[in-house]
Amino acid sequence: MTDANAAPEPVPRAPLRDEVAGSDLRPHPGTRRPDRFRHVDSDGLSIAVWEWGEPDAPPVLFTHGGFDFAGTFDGLAPLVADAGWRVVSWDQRGHGDSERAHLYSWGADRRDALAVMDSIGTDPIPVVGHSKGGALMLSVADAVPHRISHLANLDGLPTSRLWPDVPEHHRTEMRRGELAAWLDHRRAARTKIRRPGTIEDLADRRRRMNPRLSPEWLQYLVPIGGYQQADGWRWKIDASLRMGGFGPWRPEWYTHLLASMGMPVLCVLGLEVEVMGWGTLPEDVVSILPANGRFAPLENVGHFVHIEAPEVVAGLILELIS
Amino acid sequence: MTTVRLRHVHTDLALHQLRDRDGGAHPLLLLHGLGERTPDSVPLIAGAWPGSVWGLDFTGHGDSSRPSCGGYTAEVLLADVDHALEVLADDGPVTILGRGLGAYVGLLIAGARAELVAGTVLTDGPGLAGGGPSQHSPSITHARGGVDVLQRSGADRAARLDPDKPDPYALLELAIDVRPADYATTYARLAVELSPVDQPLSVATVARHPWIDAVADLPGVVRERAADALRRFAA
Repeated sequence: MTDANAAPEPVPRAPLRDEVAGSDLRPHPGTRRPDRFRHVDSDGLSIAVWEWGEPDAPPVLFTHGGFDFAGTFDGLAPLVADAGWRVVSWDQRGHGDSERAHLYSWGADRRDALAVMDSIGTDPIPVVGHSKGGALMLSVADAVPHRISHLANLDGLPTSRLWPDVPEHHRTEMRRGELAAWLDHRRAARTKIRRPGTIEDLADRRRRMNPRLSPEWLQYLVPIGGYQQADGWRWKIDASLRMGGFGPWRPEWYTHLLASMGMPVLCVLGLEVEVMGWGTLPEDVVSILPANGRFAPLENVGHFVHIEAPEVVAGLILELIS
Repeated sequence: MTTVRLRHVHTDLALHQLRDRDGGAHPLLLLHGLGERTPDSVPLIAGAWPGSVWGLDFTGHGDSSRPSCGGYTAEVLLADVDHALEVLADDGPVTILGRGLGAYVGLLIAGARAELVAGTVLTDGPGLAGGGPSQHSPSITHARGGVDVLQRSGADRAARLDPDKPDPYALLELAIDVRPADYATTYARLAVELSPVDQPLSVATVARHPWIDAVADLPGVVRERAADALRRFAA
């Protein structure tokens, strides 16, 4: 069995715009790879930072969701960059081309986010976050409001609507199963590596959690968020990470921060409820929208609003920040 | 003292055997408080334990390795202890004696691996309260370097004085780890329902915090002196 903790073989980073020719990337309509790449040191952890647009244009920070990576903005980011912005995004710790961390937490993600912001400058900047990235930026905005000028949340308001409403003794029994599964995962993770396959295999696996996204889009993502070895492609994301973590955290802890935001806010919500979403409904958003907030529900769009409707979402973001 | 090295994903854990005594009773596992480490010898409180005595250094503490750039949660330490049980509970369940943070983590493992734990004693020590029972304002604090430094806790200030272990991020993050009462009681109920011993949780703390009081008030949980609890669990 392979030791996941052994020094990993060097993994080539995803290609930049001018490196696409000759790479394994399969062109996809409406996408464009970033123009620049750099590393940011977050107290010893190497964070991969990507940029689209002119380096001296005004910056806007994009934050991806859980189990994604900055390349999932390859459709949205160029639209905003072409409107005169420098779009900066990063692969969260353990994701994409950032270093795998020993530990993961929301607090650590906030610290990494601020390290990336510090690398841009100290003036307040607009931020955009999708899903977990949206919730993360709400908490960053609450912690350092002086660093954020505008906030766009893309289907990133956690609710407990998808949590089963069951009696306490049933919840205890469910917790028992969750705990055993999580501890078993931790025991196994020391030797776990992600399963290899073809580009089509990896795209098919991802489509189970992203059923509204096209196979062609998901195949486009594989050479960005994955790497190839002799036995096939693997996703780069740290194998110790696992969907559906547990702990004392309550979804409302972050969603309710929305009402506290003092900067102009945009909330985009895909109205098609799906597996990777939070199950958030329009009334959940409207009831806590701050006075300077705008709510934009999108019909016939799922959780990945920026992938399903990039032009619409780019237009909304540009209206917010321009 | 002999030490067994355990691998928990990316972290090397140190599991120390403080005393080897076969044929007496099942093992006793000591869990230290926040910022502490396993003592060099069996502490007085556990001196009468009739079996072998072990101690685990949590991630970022003592002889265990220190991760880069934090990310600590009590649930990760719970998994630390689960790795120790993978070794110690091979022949049967283990009794746990936890101080402070180790008491809270001891409660978590008592519920999560109830069949492997023959009694848990919760005692006073550093890190017992955690970050309180409810959500607090998010903060961004660098324990080493960084630009946007917000000094918000004594743990943070203390961390700056010592760049080595205990990991300053452990001191910082585990001091604000939220501990809702209903979250703690879920683990306590699991322990009471599934443990191989009767009344498997003993609350021996002087300090009162919401999570401790909620646990202590449950049927099947006993408030008693630590020495009495250890005698009961050794029997």
